[in-house]
Amino acid sequence: MQNIGIEQISLAVGFILLLIGIWGMLSQKNILKIIVSFTIFETGLNVILVVIGYIRNKTAPILDTTELQTNTAEKIVDPIPQALVLTSIVIGLGVTALLLVYALKMHKEKKSLLINDYKDTKW
Amino acid sequence: MLRNSLILILILGLAAIMLSIFVDYTPKEKLGPVAEHYANNGKEEVGAANLVTAVVVTYRGLDTLGEVSILFLSAAIIGFFLKIRNEEHSKNQIVIRYSEILGTGAKILVPIIILLGAYVFINGHLTPGGGFQGGAIIASAFVLMLIALPRPALNHRVLSIIESFSGLSYVIIGLLGVFLAAGFLDNQIMSLGTFGTILSAGAVPVIYILIGLKVGTELTGIIGNLKEIQNEE
Repeated sequence: MQNIGIEQISLAVGFILLLIGIWGMLSQKNILKIIVSFTIFETGLNVILVVIGYIRNKTAPILDTTELQTNTAEKIVDPIPQALVLTSIVIGLGVTALLLVYALKMHKEKKSLLINDYKDTKW
Repeated sequence: MLRNSLILILILGLAAIMLSIFVDYTPKEKLGPVAEHYANNGKEEVGAANLVTAVVVTYRGLDTLGEVSILFLSAAIIGFFLKIRNEEHSKNQIVIRYSEILGTGAKILVPIIILLGAYVFINGHLTPGGGFQGGAIIASAFVLMLIALPRPALNHRVLSIIESFSGLSYVIIGLLGVFLAAGFLDNQIMSLGTFGTILSAGAVPVIYILIGLKVGTELTGIIGNLKEIQNEE
């Protein structure tokens, strides 16, 4: 593991964010904190996806100079993971909004946000 | 106690797996075959300067249509959940006093933010950005309006008309590709234009404008619904 670069650092940050997210989802009692942990987990996942497409010393896949328009494949990073991350961010937004509305509904029902107060489906 | 130690064991196990992945990780040296094809032929096949846009809107256009449907579905479910008790309570609304500075600032800033959002999604095929990002910027302008103005009246009817119109047009443009070009969501139903100008890449700018309008109105609708339910309590 010689010459640690931006990709190793970002990968490590992504993994740490994943672990923080899993820990939060499992150990927190407050529903809002569980949702926050979920978004942290998702951010870590997105960081890792972007790292997978990164290639050192290459530029963004936007062909705005004539120099980039010939032999493009040797000059840019992978555009596919970036497009996937765009999709994943949007879907994550939808899921987070749904989770928040469920939390709102649950709070209306029992006036509590602690997961321990909801034992109806516990087995 | 048992619970906490189980969580700790799980986290440590996952950390061990991740550590081994991290140690074995070797950075990529060159693009994969699919990405190489996109990079070398994207200019001729799609004509969009932003290759990420080319992948999102044309090469993987079907995925994007699915993504827009998922967003629409979650907005619809949220609307359904929150609307049920709307009629009973709408009389006794609490009017919170808002700060004068915030209100005046919002009145100046909201049109500028909407303009920026429109710029971002109209230029989605040339510069970083696109329909989803521009739509999110537009929705943020409406969030500012909702928190800063005392009684902002969001017209849900107009929002849903814009949303349905853009969603329907998106599918129609996709279907036109089947008849006029190579397949569903093919962007060559219009001429590709000059590479790097605003009227290039065929149907990509049109699709991204529609996506921008749709995402903007959907997110605004979600926030508006949440705000109205908050006013009722």
